[in-house]
Amino acid sequence: MLDVIASLPDSAMLSRIQFAFTVSYHIMFPTITIGLSLYLAFMEGMWLKTKNPAYLQQVKFWMKPFAITFGMGVVSGVVLSYEFGTNFSKFSEVVGPVLAPLLAYEVLTAFFLEAGFLGIMLFGWTRVSPKMHFAATCTVAVGTVCSSFWILAANSWMHTPAGYEIIDGVFHVTSWMEVIFNPSFPYRLAHMLLATFLSASLLFAGVNAYYLLKKQHLEFAKIGFSTAMIAIVILAPIQILVGDFHGLNVAHNQPVKLAAMEAVWETEKGAPLVLFAWPDEEAEENKFELSIPKAASLLITHELDGEIPGLNEVEAKDRPPVPVVFYAFRIMLGLGGLMLLLGLAGLYARKKGTLYESKPLLLFSFAMIPAGVIATLAGWYVVEVGRQPWLVQGLVRTVDVISPLPASSVAFTLALFVTVYTTLFFTYLYFMRKLILKGPMSIEETLKSLEDEQSEDDDLPATLNPAQVDVGYSQELSEHLSNTRSANKGEK
Amino acid sequence: MDIALVYLLLIGFGILVYVLLDGFSLGVGIISPLLKNAEEKGIAMKSLSHIWDSNQTWLVFGGVVLFVAFPVVYAFVLSNLYLPIILMLVALIFRGVAFEFRFKADDSQKWWDLSFALGSIIATFCQGVILGALVGDMSSQKTMDDPVDWLTSFSLLTGLALVAGYSLLGACWLVRKTEGALHNQVKQLAKRLLLAMLGFLAVVSIWMLVEQPAIAERWLVIPDSLLLIPLPMLTLFFAYKLWGLLKEDNDPGLKPLGYAMGLFMTAFGGLVAGVFPYIIPGRLTIWQAIAPDKSVYFTLVGILIFIPVIITYNIYSYRTFSGKTSMKDGY
Ligand code: HDD
Ligand code: HEM
Ligand code: HEM
Repeated sequence: MLDVIASLPDSAMLSRIQFAFTVSYHIMFPTITIGLSLYLAFMEGMWLKTKNPAYLQQVKFWMKPFAITFGMGVVSGVVLSYEFGTNFSKFSEVVGPVLAPLLAYEVLTAFFLEAGFLGIMLFGWTRVSPKMHFAATCTVAVGTVCSSFWILAANSWMHTPAGYEIIDGVFHVTSWMEVIFNPSFPYRLAHMLLATFLSASLLFAGVNAYYLLKKQHLEFAKIGFSTAMIAIVILAPIQILVGDFHGLNVAHNQPVKLAAMEAVWETEKGAPLVLFAWPDEEAEENKFELSIPKAASLLITHELDGEIPGLNEVEAKDRPPVPVVFYAFRIMLGLGGLMLLLGLAGLYARKKGTLYESKPLLLFSFAMIPAGVIATLAGWYVVEVGRQPWLVQGLVRTVDVISPLPASSVAFTLALFVTVYTTLFFTYLYFMRKLILKGPMSIEETLKSLEDEQSEDDDLPATLNPAQVDVGYSQELSEHLSNTRSANKGEK
Repeated sequence: MDIALVYLLLIGFGILVYVLLDGFSLGVGIISPLLKNAEEKGIAMKSLSHIWDSNQTWLVFGGVVLFVAFPVVYAFVLSNLYLPIILMLVALIFRGVAFEFRFKADDSQKWWDLSFALGSIIATFCQGVILGALVGDMSSQKTMDDPVDWLTSFSLLTGLALVAGYSLLGACWLVRKTEGALHNQVKQLAKRLLLAMLGFLAVVSIWMLVEQPAIAERWLVIPDSLLLIPLPMLTLFFAYKLWGLLKEDNDPGLKPLGYAMGLFMTAFGGLVAGVFPYIIPGRLTIWQAIAPDKSVYFTLVGILIFIPVIITYNIYSYRTFSGKTSMKDGY
């Protein structure tokens, strides 16, 4: 019995698991909302510009999945901003002077902005003018990007600290420019933002592919599918390129992490690129290795005989868990390759004129819906686990700065988070599925939804609703309506 | 001016704004089980759906400004009050997702109503407990080995007091946002909640005066007490005005909410006055806890620039949705 208790993880380990679990949960939602908010802004802009209500139909449909994803992002994010203090109290004391101001700027420039305009974006359709509504949608999109800027600056600093000095064990900032624009930040920001655009595009493409497969909402689905496939074929190669630069940066700043990513045990000139292996940490070698000679050196140093420092450069206690980093890296690369393939397949089908019919393509696209989110999680595991045992690379060890909480407390909250988050995740999926199966409103219904709200709100006495402004949809929209109707008749 | 003092004021401002705004938002959730049917609960929730997020963001703001200015305090308070804080966060999750899911649900509506109500009640109760543990006897805590030493009769009392107080704010918000039978019902409710809140305020105040000599000294010994005497007087004045408004038959609009918020401000002022200048009561003063200059000045620039902007667009957002709540707004 005593053995069992002794073998339970200690409170430090539990705190780490809890942080990893809650942050992983959180990042899945921003990954979708950041990209999707740009889609919404794009589609609404197109609607204002072309007055083609098909774009409005896109906005009105995607707003619902966006809203529930955003809500999940908000509630899971609030937890994180407190977890630094609850579970990493010493870390907060020591590194607070560097990280806290960055988080404060995130709140000031991003969270308030998103929250403030989200209400107008979701519920203000009949209460503000179309231009103002569009501005609100754009502001939410800008807010999500600002948020990424600050939080990634904070995170990047932990990988490549700069612009600081340590006085009495506490970090003091010497230059904010150096802290924010630390060496790995530009790569991480670009790579992460691209990851969110790609993930949203894959969701967009996959859902529309589903409608095309089921032969439902065809006109709606064609616009969405076509737009998303163009985005994917442009973004996927850029992401791979940026990823390559990101890798060079890691090689330069965090050689041990790179060695773990590539499972290079001994420093080597002309190192092979390991495609598959089982990295054995005890024996310090790879089992079942399948590799391409010299390719790793070529990729990372851009020379056939370039030298790659191995894990043997540091003691075993200073190495990250190699298999996790190694496999997570390969999952990301593999999915990146598949995304490129999907983009190219889309391009090919478009050339052949079968973009909306090709069953394999549509199925492929449907199956790739979660690929962006999974690649993003895998990428973060490479980055974060690869940094271990350090919390701030080379300066602060993770185990040294965790709150000395009773293990029972942390075990309890971890169990609580796992239960609650798992339940909520399935609820979220249930509602996403429901919204998608329900599909978009028809164009007529979409237009009427604005008109109905408008006319019924007009019934309210003005005193009760002082903010009511006549945004003049009715006339504009009835014109569209008659235009599209006559156009439809013309076709027939 | 002294930067530590500036930040103390800023944190006070952040907490106060949070308490006033999320207070009524949580309060609506707390009293929602008392509303009659699904439709009324729907209206209550709908009246918040466009602002709950920005109101709650003030909680993140308060936390983060504390982290910037007094990292030691942030670390100490959060890790010492680990369980009530995590419980509060989890409760806020239940409450937050209810806004998203309720209006998209067909037959699970009542579960989301429950999630909204329970989430609001537990979150508020935890906040009250945290407050009680902080101003109560934080200084006697020496280790973190006892995971439940924040659980005292005093912190339970402040927990209940905050539940009553937020409910009053929530009821006053609904007075403004509803019509007809629902409007009359929340008005009656607000009257009873006002009495409850005054009762709690009295008990908490007396308890603190009796238990904490340092606070008693400040409140009962001249000259400090002369400076502080306006606070309880204002409290009584606000309560009197609020009672009058709730008794009238016509629609008092936003005024009850204003007076209820006034009550909160005086109570908050009284609390701060009792504890100042300690940031962890009895342990650490603000000057001992302040973060390095480079960090606090850098952030101050951002706060001074952005807070006015934030307040402006939040007012814009409130005005956009002013008036009685309509179930028609949607997306
Ligand atoms: C690359 C983007 C990104 C990353 C790495 C993170 N977040 Fe996040 N976060 C967002 C992007 C985002 C967002 C897009 O801004 C969210 C998601 C959905 C939303 O509502 O805003 C958000 C919401 C969000 C909120 C709620 C804001 C509100 O009340 O409106 C908080 C407090 C945090 N996050 C805090 C964190 C912390 C402490 C993180 C790190 C440990 C973190 N986020 C990682
Ligand atoms: C949002 C995407 C992120 C994901 C998926 C992620 C994932 C992870 C994982 C898996 C760990 C555990 C490493 C280990 O212990 O072996 C970790 C650790 C950590 N990360 Fe991140 N991270 C993310 C972003 C961030 C950001 C933006 C910050 C800070 C600004 C951050 C701060 C930390 C801290 C403080 C730890 C230490 C706790 C620990 O070792 O478990 N992370 N993260
Ligand atoms: C296929 C080519 C790709 C390459 C060469 C690549 C390279 C990298 C590298 C080297 C890192 C680690 C950086 C560090 O440890 O500091 C990383 C992280 C990451 N990757 Fe990739 N990646 C690729 C594709 C993708 C794709 C397709 C996605 C998602 C859609 C993605 C999402 C991420 C994320 C979210 C991170 C963590 C955050 C960051 O450091 O930016 N990657 N990637």
